[in-house]
Amino acid sequence: MATQNTIRVSVRRRAATLSFWEQVYLFEVIRGLWITTHHFVLNLYYHILKLFGIRKTHPLTPTIQYPEECRPLALRLRTLHRLARRDDGRPRCVACMMCETVCPALCIQIVAAAVDDPNIEKRPKSFDIDIGKCVFCGFCVEACPEDAIRMDTGILDIASYSRGGMVLDIDRLLSLNAATERTDKEVDQLQKWLLQ
Amino acid sequence: MSPVMYWTTTVAKSVYILVFPLTLAFVLAWAERKQSAVMQDRIGANRASVFGRPWLGFVHMVCDAMKMFTKEDFVPETEHRFLHHIAPGIAMFFALLAFAVIPFGNQLTIAGETIGLQVADLNVGILFVFALTSLGVYGLVLGGWSSNNNYALLGAIRASAQMISYEICIGITVIGAIIAFGTLSLQEIVLAQGTHLLAGWLPRWGILLQPLGFLLFFVAGIAETKRVPFDMPEGESEIIGFNLEYSSMKFGLFLFTDFVETVLIAAVTVTFFFGGWQVPWLYETGFAFPWGSTWAIHPNIAALLQMGAFVGKVVFFCWLMMAIRWTLPRFRYDQVMDLGWKWLLPLSLANVVVTALITLW
Repeated sequence: MATQNTIRVSVRRRAATLSFWEQVYLFEVIRGLWITTHHFVLNLYYHILKLFGIRKTHPLTPTIQYPEECRPLALRLRTLHRLARRDDGRPRCVACMMCETVCPALCIQIVAAAVDDPNIEKRPKSFDIDIGKCVFCGFCVEACPEDAIRMDTGILDIASYSRGGMVLDIDRLLSLNAATERTDKEVDQLQKWLLQ
Repeated sequence: MSPVMYWTTTVAKSVYILVFPLTLAFVLAWAERKQSAVMQDRIGANRASVFGRPWLGFVHMVCDAMKMFTKEDFVPETEHRFLHHIAPGIAMFFALLAFAVIPFGNQLTIAGETIGLQVADLNVGILFVFALTSLGVYGLVLGGWSSNNNYALLGAIRASAQMISYEICIGITVIGAIIAFGTLSLQEIVLAQGTHLLAGWLPRWGILLQPLGFLLFFVAGIAETKRVPFDMPEGESEIIGFNLEYSSMKFGLFLFTDFVETVLIAAVTVTFFFGGWQVPWLYETGFAFPWGSTWAIHPNIAALLQMGAFVGKVVFFCWLMMAIRWTLPRFRYDQVMDLGWKWLLPLSLANVVVTALITLW
């Protein structure tokens, strides 16, 4: 009984894996200093070149100066929503409520209204998306039969000082363009809107 | 020398030797952020700007200083107010005072008067430096103790334990240098390093006489500055240190003391082991190269060159200590004690014995 309960513990001594010269540590310190100094000298060289305008970029520093420069976004990335327009400028949306129904976060609120045009079912009187609740699943885009709601604006820095500010109404959603079409001026305008 | 001349030069030298470490410490506070960034493939502080330019991140340092001065100086009621207030000053005071005996040049001749470029040429200069660096730990201990906080007290105790362990090593290592140079005066030690070996090709610097001594001294010196491989007293990332109850510029003063001590250790290392202000082959009247050619220059210009060489050497060692600080992780407490008592102390004793035997031979 007693022999069966004996627990065998194998103690692995980590120090044994170090060689003598590694245990002396001094040479390892010098090796570490060599690596950091190597990086220091190379980086300093490129920083100086950049400081005097000889080079535009720093090849060894992967830092992205965020507000000024952004990483390129993949085209399929789901970003802030927008509502697409028809060729005559009216919204493509026919207020079928598919997106509102499928939304798992319940962040879409649509109020439908009648349209005179017999070819169009309805039109959205109001179309609010609460970005604060949105989980960016993209189901609304998948569900839309009219390809009216899209998530291709390329806008990721969404922030507001209040919860109300996170609710985008139909005018804002309609005014957005796809990331590939947007101009810098429109980006600035959008920032102002979002921070209102 | 007339009394007016004497006091003018003394005040001028004192101001120089105060401004030099303080300026360099400020630059080190900047280098702490920027050098680490460059070593780690980052860019570092570059957001605060004046006139639309970040000025290599210096604006951040000015902003940090302004922040330190304008922050609330919070002192809990249970603290010993007087000691709590003067502790950072004590730490800083002793670190700065030790510079008084560091020779920063040979001598200038102005209006027929010879001015030795050292504030106080004590014949026990070495003892003075180590007396003051030992006293510097009182600032930490008093700060930690008067905070009436167990974590701060433990930090202070770690500080004193570490200082005692490494002071002994430094003291014994320096005995080797004293035997090699045969003097306790720092100016004379530097002058003794002005000759050359190997038919004049190799400057007779302390590192050639005491290579092991330099290594031991430098390691123990880094431990004295209480910076990262040896930052037991502070341990800001996990364990909490002696400056726990400090805020605003009193905290900043402790921080700044570390930089001043870095400069001090660099200056003392240069003085003992890298020829102080000596420039190879530069004598009072000009260069005399080992291949026979000479280049005569004015003695005062030679003295200024030597002052510049001293600054350059100190800056290099500050850089090296900063590089070590950003390369090595912190030692464990038992590793610090092991290194101090089991390695550095026996090695420094052996160094003294070997040096003494060679000198006797």
